[in-house]
Amino acid sequence: MIEAEAALRALMLRALKGDTRAYADLLAQLTRHLRAYYGRRLSAAPEDAEDLVQETLIAMHRRRDSYDPNQPLTAWVYAIARYRLIDHYRRSKVRATVPLEDAGALFAADEVEPAMARRDVSRLLDRLPAARAALIRATKIEGLTNAEAGEAVGLSEGAVKVNVHRGLKALSMKPRADAGGEAGE
Amino acid sequence: MKTDDLISALSERLEPTSPRAPLWAMALWIVGGLAVSAALMLTVLGLRPDFMTAMGTGMFWTKFTYTLALGGIGLWLAERMGRPGVQIGRPARMLQSLVIGFIVLAAIRYFTAPAADHARMLMGHSARLCPCYILALSVPLLLATLVAMRRLAPTNPTLTGFAAGLAAGGMAAFVYAFSCNESAMPFVAAWYTLPVLICGLVGAVIGRFALRW
Repeated sequence: MIEAEAALRALMLRALKGDTRAYADLLAQLTRHLRAYYGRRLSAAPEDAEDLVQETLIAMHRRRDSYDPNQPLTAWVYAIARYRLIDHYRRSKVRATVPLEDAGALFAADEVEPAMARRDVSRLLDRLPAARAALIRATKIEGLTNAEAGEAVGLSEGAVKVNVHRGLKALSMKPRADAGGEAGE
Repeated sequence: MKTDDLISALSERLEPTSPRAPLWAMALWIVGGLAVSAALMLTVLGLRPDFMTAMGTGMFWTKFTYTLALGGIGLWLAERMGRPGVQIGRPARMLQSLVIGFIVLAAIRYFTAPAADHARMLMGHSARLCPCYILALSVPLLLATLVAMRRLAPTNPTLTGFAAGLAAGGMAAFVYAFSCNESAMPFVAAWYTLPVLICGLVGAVIGRFALRW
Protein backbone atom coordinates (compact mmCIF):
# COMPACT_ATOMS: atom_id res chain seq x y z
CA MET A 1 0.00 0.00 0.00
CA ILE A 2 2.99 2.25 0.55
CA GLU A 3 3.54 2.39 -3.20
CA ALA A 4 0.02 3.71 -3.44
CA GLU A 5 0.46 6.17 -0.57
CA ALA A 6 1.49 9.15 -2.70
CA ALA A 7 -1.34 8.63 -5.19
CA LEU A 8 -3.96 8.05 -2.50
CA ARG A 9 -2.81 11.06 -0.53
CA ALA A 10 -3.02 13.25 -3.65
CA LEU A 11 -6.59 12.05 -4.22
CA MET A 12 -7.46 12.78 -0.59
CA LEU A 13 -6.08 16.33 -0.79
CA ARG A 14 -8.22 16.96 -3.87
CA ALA A 15 -11.24 15.39 -2.17
CA LEU A 16 -10.84 17.66 0.84
CA LYS A 17 -11.12 20.60 -1.53
CA GLY A 18 -14.39 19.20 -2.86
CA ASP A 19 -13.31 17.22 -5.95
CA THR A 20 -16.04 14.56 -6.12
CA ARG A 21 -14.37 12.49 -8.86
CA ALA A 22 -11.11 12.24 -6.97
CA TYR A 23 -13.11 11.30 -3.90
CA ALA A 24 -15.06 8.52 -5.62
CA ASP A 25 -11.78 7.21 -7.03
CA LEU A 26 -10.15 7.33 -3.57
CA LEU A 27 -13.03 5.51 -1.89
CA ALA A 28 -13.06 2.83 -4.58
CA GLN A 29 -9.33 2.20 -4.12
CA LEU A 30 -9.55 2.24 -0.33
CA THR A 31 -12.46 -0.23 -0.52
CA ARG A 32 -10.12 -2.78 -2.06
CA HIS A 33 -7.56 -2.29 0.69
CA LEU A 34 -10.24 -2.45 3.38
CA ARG A 35 -11.73 -5.63 1.91
CA ALA A 36 -8.33 -7.28 2.13
CA TYR A 37 -7.82 -5.96 5.66
CA TYR A 38 -11.17 -7.14 7.05
CA GLY A 39 -11.36 -10.24 4.89
CA ARG A 40 -8.20 -11.60 6.47
CA ARG A 41 -9.34 -10.82 10.00
CA LEU A 42 -12.96 -11.94 9.67
CA SER A 43 -12.55 -14.89 7.34
CA ALA A 44 -15.29 -16.74 9.27
CA ALA A 45 -17.88 -14.01 8.65
CA PRO A 46 -17.50 -12.51 5.16
CA GLU A 47 -20.79 -10.57 5.42
CA ASP A 48 -19.47 -8.86 8.60
CA ALA A 49 -16.34 -7.97 6.67
CA GLU A 50 -18.31 -6.16 3.97
CA ASP A 51 -20.41 -4.39 6.63
CA LEU A 52 -17.22 -3.18 8.25
CA VAL A 53 -15.87 -1.97 4.92
CA GLN A 54 -19.00 0.17 4.54
CA GLU A 55 -18.90 1.35 8.15
CA THR A 56 -15.30 2.38 7.73
CA LEU A 57 -16.07 4.27 4.52
CA ILE A 58 -18.82 6.17 6.33
CA ALA A 59 -16.57 6.82 9.34
CA MET A 60 -13.84 8.18 7.07
CA HIS A 61 -16.38 10.33 5.25
CA ARG A 62 -17.79 11.84 8.46
CA ARG A 63 -14.39 12.43 10.02
CA ARG A 64 -12.45 13.31 6.92
CA ASP A 65 -11.29 16.58 8.44
CA SER A 66 -9.48 14.59 11.14
CA TYR A 67 -6.87 13.72 8.51
CA ASP A 68 -3.68 15.74 8.91
CA PRO A 69 -2.25 16.34 5.41
CA ASN A 70 1.29 16.20 6.79
CA GLN A 71 0.82 12.58 7.81
CA PRO A 72 0.60 9.42 5.69
CA LEU A 73 -2.95 8.80 4.51
CA THR A 74 -2.54 5.02 4.84
CA ALA A 75 -1.75 5.38 8.55
CA TRP A 76 -4.97 7.35 8.95
CA VAL A 77 -7.01 4.78 7.03
CA TYR A 78 -5.64 1.77 8.91
CA ALA A 79 -6.02 3.47 12.29
CA ILE A 80 -9.71 4.02 11.53
CA ALA A 81 -10.06 0.49 10.15
CA ARG A 82 -8.50 -0.97 13.31
CA TYR A 83 -10.75 1.18 15.48
CA ARG A 84 -13.84 -0.03 13.66
CA LEU A 85 -12.63 -3.64 13.96
CA ILE A 86 -12.14 -3.34 17.73
CA ASP A 87 -15.55 -1.69 17.96
CA HIS A 88 -17.01 -4.61 16.00
CA TYR A 89 -15.48 -7.15 18.41
CA ARG A 90 -16.81 -5.17 21.34
CA ARG A 91 -20.33 -5.03 19.97
CA SER A 92 -20.50 -8.68 18.94
CA LYS A 93 -18.70 -9.83 22.09
CA VAL A 94 -16.57 -12.26 20.15
CA ARG A 95 -13.52 -11.15 22.06
CA ALA A 96 -13.71 -14.07 24.48
CA THR A 97 -14.20 -16.63 21.73
CA VAL A 98 -11.13 -15.88 19.64
CA PRO A 99 -8.82 -18.87 20.22
CA LEU A 100 -5.39 -17.92 21.48
CA GLU A 101 -3.71 -19.47 18.44
CA ASP A 102 -5.65 -17.13 16.15
CA ALA A 103 -5.15 -14.05 18.28
CA GLY A 104 -2.00 -13.26 16.34
CA ALA A 105 -4.14 -12.18 13.39
CA LEU A 106 -5.64 -9.40 15.48
CA PHE A 107 -2.24 -7.93 16.04
CA ALA A 108 -0.86 -8.83 12.65
CA ALA A 109 0.93 -6.07 10.87
CA ASP A 110 -1.03 -4.20 8.26
CA GLU A 111 0.08 -4.01 4.67
CA VAL A 112 2.17 -1.11 5.89
CA GLU A 113 5.02 -3.24 7.21
CA PRO A 114 5.77 -5.48 4.24
CA ALA A 115 5.43 -2.40 2.05
CA MET A 116 7.92 -0.53 4.22
CA ALA A 117 10.33 -3.47 3.93
CA ARG A 118 9.88 -3.50 0.16
CA ARG A 119 10.59 0.21 0.03
CA ASP A 120 13.71 -0.22 2.16
CA VAL A 121 14.96 -2.99 -0.11
CA SER A 122 14.47 -0.99 -3.26
CA ARG A 123 16.10 2.03 -1.64
CA LEU A 124 19.14 -0.09 -0.76
CA LEU A 125 19.28 -1.64 -4.21
CA ASP A 126 19.31 1.82 -5.76
CA ARG A 127 22.72 2.40 -4.22
CA LEU A 128 24.31 -0.54 -6.00
CA PRO A 129 25.52 -0.32 -9.59
CA ALA A 130 22.42 -0.63 -11.77
CA ALA A 131 23.46 -3.87 -13.52
CA ARG A 132 24.23 -5.61 -10.25
CA ALA A 133 20.99 -4.41 -8.65
CA ALA A 134 19.04 -5.70 -11.64
CA LEU A 135 20.63 -9.16 -11.25
CA ILE A 136 19.70 -9.25 -7.54
CA ARG A 137 16.15 -8.21 -8.34
CA ALA A 138 15.87 -10.89 -11.00
CA THR A 139 17.27 -13.75 -8.94
CA LYS A 140 16.26 -12.92 -5.36
CA ILE A 141 12.98 -11.03 -5.76
CA GLU A 142 11.50 -12.23 -9.05
CA GLY A 143 12.82 -15.73 -8.47
CA LEU A 144 14.66 -16.43 -11.75
CA THR A 145 17.52 -18.93 -11.73
CA ASN A 146 21.08 -17.67 -12.18
CA ALA A 147 21.13 -19.14 -15.70
CA GLU A 148 17.87 -17.42 -16.72
CA ALA A 149 18.97 -14.08 -15.32
CA GLY A 150 22.35 -14.40 -17.06
CA GLU A 151 20.80 -15.24 -20.39
CA ALA A 152 18.81 -12.01 -20.37
CA VAL A 153 21.91 -9.84 -20.00
CA GLY A 154 24.47 -12.07 -21.66
CA LEU A 155 26.40 -13.31 -18.64
CA SER A 156 27.34 -16.87 -17.69
CA GLU A 157 25.62 -18.58 -14.79
CA GLY A 158 28.82 -18.36 -12.74
CA ALA A 159 29.27 -14.64 -13.44
CA VAL A 160 25.71 -13.98 -12.28
CA LYS A 161 26.36 -15.98 -9.12
CA VAL A 162 29.51 -13.99 -8.29
CA ASN A 163 27.78 -10.66 -9.07
CA VAL A 164 24.79 -11.43 -6.90
CA HIS A 165 27.00 -12.66 -4.07
CA ARG A 166 29.14 -9.50 -4.10
CA GLY A 167 26.07 -7.30 -4.37
CA LEU A 168 24.40 -8.94 -1.40
CA LYS A 169 27.59 -8.72 0.61
CA ALA A 170 27.84 -5.00 -0.13
CA LEU A 171 24.19 -4.57 0.83
CA SER A 172 24.64 -6.35 4.12
CA MET A 173 27.35 -3.84 5.03
CA LYS A 174 25.39 -0.75 3.98
CA PRO A 175 22.48 -0.67 6.38
CA ARG A 176 24.88 -1.06 9.28
CA ALA A 177 26.94 1.86 8.06
CA ASP A 178 23.77 3.92 7.65
CA ALA A 179 22.17 2.91 10.91
CA GLY A 180 23.63 5.84 12.78
CA GLY A 181 22.49 8.44 10.29
CA GLU A 182 18.94 7.33 9.64
CA ALA A 183 17.91 6.18 13.10
CA GLY A 184 15.32 8.16 14.99
CA GLU A 185 12.32 10.00 13.70
CA MET B 1 -26.80 -1.23 0.25
CA LYS B 2 -24.06 -2.26 -2.09
CA THR B 3 -20.65 -0.79 -1.45
CA ASP B 4 -20.45 0.78 -4.91
CA ASP B 5 -23.74 2.58 -4.30
CA LEU B 6 -22.46 3.76 -0.94
CA ILE B 7 -19.37 5.19 -2.59
CA SER B 8 -21.37 7.14 -5.14
CA ALA B 9 -23.76 8.36 -2.43
CA LEU B 10 -20.87 9.54 -0.27
CA SER B 11 -19.03 11.26 -3.08
CA GLU B 12 -22.20 13.03 -4.24
CA ARG B 13 -22.56 14.37 -0.73
CA LEU B 14 -18.95 15.57 -0.58
CA GLU B 15 -18.48 19.13 0.58
CA PRO B 16 -15.13 20.85 0.74
CA THR B 17 -13.61 20.90 4.20
CA SER B 18 -10.28 21.64 5.79
CA PRO B 19 -8.26 19.72 8.38
CA ARG B 20 -8.16 23.01 10.26
CA ALA B 21 -11.97 23.17 10.47
CA PRO B 22 -12.21 21.10 13.69
CA LEU B 23 -9.67 23.34 15.40
CA TRP B 24 -11.93 26.39 15.25
CA ALA B 25 -14.86 24.55 16.79
CA MET B 26 -12.56 23.10 19.45
CA ALA B 27 -11.02 26.49 20.23
CA LEU B 28 -14.50 27.93 20.75
CA TRP B 29 -15.36 25.24 23.31
CA ILE B 30 -12.10 25.67 25.14
CA VAL B 31 -12.35 29.44 25.28
CA GLY B 32 -15.88 28.96 26.63
CA GLY B 33 -14.61 26.56 29.29
CA LEU B 34 -11.87 28.99 30.26
CA ALA B 35 -14.39 31.82 30.55
CA VAL B 36 -16.70 29.83 32.86
CA SER B 37 -13.76 28.66 34.95
CA ALA B 38 -12.36 32.19 35.21
CA ALA B 39 -15.76 33.58 36.16
CA LEU B 40 -16.04 30.95 38.91
CA MET B 41 -12.59 31.87 40.18
CA LEU B 42 -13.34 35.62 40.18
CA THR B 43 -16.74 35.34 41.89
CA VAL B 44 -16.12 32.53 44.38
CA LEU B 45 -12.41 32.78 45.15
CA GLY B 46 -11.40 36.25 43.99
CA LEU B 47 -8.07 37.47 42.68
CA ARG B 48 -5.19 37.15 45.09
CA PRO B 49 -5.17 40.35 47.18
CA ASP B 50 -1.48 40.99 46.53
CA PHE B 51 -1.83 40.54 42.75
CA MET B 52 -0.04 43.77 41.80
CA THR B 53 2.88 43.44 44.20
CA ALA B 54 3.35 39.73 43.46
CA MET B 55 3.95 40.53 39.78
CA GLY B 56 7.48 41.51 40.76
CA THR B 57 8.34 38.02 42.03
CA GLY B 58 9.69 35.13 39.97
CA MET B 59 7.28 32.54 41.38
CA PHE B 60 4.32 34.61 40.16
CA TRP B 61 5.44 34.01 36.60
CA THR B 62 6.75 30.48 37.21
CA LYS B 63 3.31 29.32 38.30
CA PHE B 64 1.67 30.77 35.20
CA THR B 65 4.34 29.38 32.91
CA TYR B 66 4.17 25.86 34.37
CA THR B 67 0.38 25.65 34.33
CA LEU B 68 0.03 27.25 30.91
CA ALA B 69 2.60 24.80 29.53
CA LEU B 70 0.69 21.88 31.09
CA GLY B 71 -2.53 23.08 29.53
CA GLY B 72 -0.99 23.95 26.17
CA ILE B 73 1.04 20.79 25.67
CA GLY B 74 -1.91 18.78 27.00
CA LEU B 75 -4.15 20.28 24.33
CA TRP B 76 -1.52 19.64 21.68
CA LEU B 77 -1.23 16.00 22.79
CA ALA B 78 -5.01 15.57 22.82
CA GLU B 79 -5.31 17.11 19.36
CA ARG B 80 -2.68 14.71 17.99
CA MET B 81 -4.48 11.77 19.59
CA GLY B 82 -7.71 12.92 18.00
CA ARG B 83 -6.25 12.33 14.54
CA PRO B 84 -6.04 8.63 13.61
CA GLY B 85 -2.61 7.22 12.81
CA VAL B 86 -0.61 10.18 14.08
CA GLN B 87 2.49 9.60 16.21
CA ILE B 88 2.22 11.30 19.60
CA GLY B 89 5.80 10.79 20.76
CA ARG B 90 6.89 14.41 20.78
CA PRO B 91 4.09 16.07 22.79
CA ALA B 92 3.96 13.04 25.13
CA ARG B 93 7.68 13.30 25.85
CA MET B 94 7.46 17.08 26.29
CA LEU B 95 4.64 16.78 28.81
CA GLN B 96 6.54 14.10 30.69
CA SER B 97 9.76 16.10 30.85
CA LEU B 98 7.87 19.25 31.88
CA VAL B 99 6.33 17.53 34.90
CA ILE B 100 9.43 15.60 35.88
CA GLY B 101 11.67 18.64 35.30
CA PHE B 102 9.49 20.87 37.43
CA ILE B 103 9.32 18.34 40.27
CA VAL B 104 13.11 17.84 40.18
CA LEU B 105 13.73 21.61 40.32
CA ALA B 106 11.28 21.89 43.21
CA ALA B 107 12.96 19.00 45.01
CA ILE B 108 16.36 20.70 44.63
CA ARG B 109 14.97 23.88 46.17
CA TYR B 110 13.36 21.90 48.93
CA PHE B 111 16.40 19.90 49.93
CA THR B 112 18.84 22.79 49.67
CA ALA B 113 16.68 24.94 51.98
CA PRO B 114 17.12 24.84 55.76
CA ALA B 115 14.98 22.13 57.37
CA ALA B 116 13.08 24.75 59.34
CA ASP B 117 11.57 26.06 56.08
CA HIS B 118 10.49 22.64 54.77
CA ALA B 119 6.99 22.60 56.20
CA ARG B 120 6.25 26.09 54.90
CA MET B 121 7.66 25.34 51.42
CA LEU B 122 5.71 22.16 50.92
CA MET B 123 2.48 22.75 52.83
CA GLY B 124 2.12 26.55 52.63
CA HIS B 125 -1.15 27.61 54.18
CA SER B 126 -3.54 26.07 51.65
CA ALA B 127 -2.23 22.60 50.81
CA ARG B 128 -5.56 21.01 51.59
CA LEU B 129 -7.70 23.53 49.72
CA CYS B 130 -5.60 24.15 46.63
CA PRO B 131 -6.14 20.73 44.92
CA CYS B 132 -9.88 20.94 45.66
CA TYR B 133 -10.15 24.42 44.15
CA ILE B 134 -8.23 23.38 41.05
CA LEU B 135 -10.43 20.31 40.63
CA ALA B 136 -13.56 22.42 41.02
CA LEU B 137 -12.31 24.94 38.46
CA SER B 138 -11.44 22.08 36.10
CA VAL B 139 -15.04 20.83 35.81
CA PRO B 140 -16.19 23.29 33.10
CA LEU B 141 -12.82 22.92 31.35
CA LEU B 142 -12.93 19.13 31.37
CA LEU B 143 -16.43 19.12 29.92
CA ALA B 144 -15.47 21.65 27.26
CA THR B 145 -12.28 19.79 26.32
CA LEU B 146 -14.04 16.43 26.05
CA VAL B 147 -16.83 17.90 23.92
CA ALA B 148 -14.17 19.56 21.76
CA MET B 149 -12.37 16.24 21.32
CA ARG B 150 -15.54 14.67 19.97
CA ARG B 151 -15.07 16.92 16.95
CA LEU B 152 -12.02 14.81 15.97
CA ALA B 153 -11.72 11.03 15.70
CA PRO B 154 -9.78 9.61 18.67
CA THR B 155 -8.97 5.93 18.08
CA ASN B 156 -7.92 5.43 21.70
CA PRO B 157 -10.73 7.01 23.73
CA THR B 158 -9.25 6.22 27.16
CA LEU B 159 -5.81 7.66 26.48
CA THR B 160 -7.29 10.61 24.62
CA GLY B 161 -9.53 11.27 27.62
CA PHE B 162 -6.43 11.21 29.82
CA ALA B 163 -4.68 13.80 27.63
CA ALA B 164 -7.83 15.95 27.54
CA GLY B 165 -8.05 15.70 31.34
CA LEU B 166 -4.42 16.76 31.77
CA ALA B 167 -5.04 19.72 29.48
CA ALA B 168 -8.19 20.71 31.38
CA GLY B 169 -6.37 20.32 34.72
CA GLY B 170 -3.45 22.41 33.50
CA MET B 171 -5.77 25.17 32.33
CA ALA B 172 -7.72 25.02 35.63
CA ALA B 173 -4.45 25.33 37.57
CA PHE B 174 -3.59 28.33 35.38
CA VAL B 175 -6.90 29.97 36.27
CA TYR B 176 -6.39 29.15 39.95
CA ALA B 177 -2.93 30.75 39.90
CA PHE B 178 -4.66 34.14 39.62
CA SER B 179 -6.22 33.51 43.01
CA CYS B 180 -3.54 31.57 44.87
CA ASN B 181 -0.89 33.49 46.79
CA GLU B 182 1.39 30.56 47.60
CA SER B 183 4.90 31.27 46.47
CA ALA B 184 7.04 28.16 47.04
CA MET B 185 8.00 25.93 44.16
CA PRO B 186 7.67 22.64 46.11
CA PHE B 187 4.10 23.64 46.97
CA VAL B 188 3.26 24.19 43.31
CA ALA B 189 5.04 20.99 42.24
CA ALA B 190 2.97 18.95 44.68
CA TRP B 191 -0.42 20.62 45.04
CA TYR B 192 -0.81 21.90 41.49
CA THR B 193 0.49 18.77 39.78
CA LEU B 194 -1.65 16.39 41.86
CA PRO B 195 -5.06 17.76 40.82
CA VAL B 196 -3.89 17.95 37.20
CA LEU B 197 -3.10 14.21 37.31
CA ILE B 198 -6.42 13.46 39.05
CA CYS B 199 -8.22 15.45 36.37
CA GLY B 200 -6.35 13.38 33.77
CA LEU B 201 -7.56 10.14 35.37
CA VAL B 202 -11.14 11.41 35.53
CA GLY B 203 -10.83 12.39 31.87
CA ALA B 204 -9.60 8.87 31.03
CA VAL B 205 -12.58 7.25 32.77
CA ILE B 206 -15.11 9.57 31.11
CA GLY B 207 -13.32 9.56 27.77
CA ARG B 208 -13.39 5.78 27.61
CA PHE B 209 -17.13 6.03 27.03
CA ALA B 210 -17.75 9.62 25.98
CA LEU B 211 -15.13 9.73 23.23
CA ARG B 212 -16.33 6.64 21.36
CA TRP B 213 -17.62 7.31 17.89
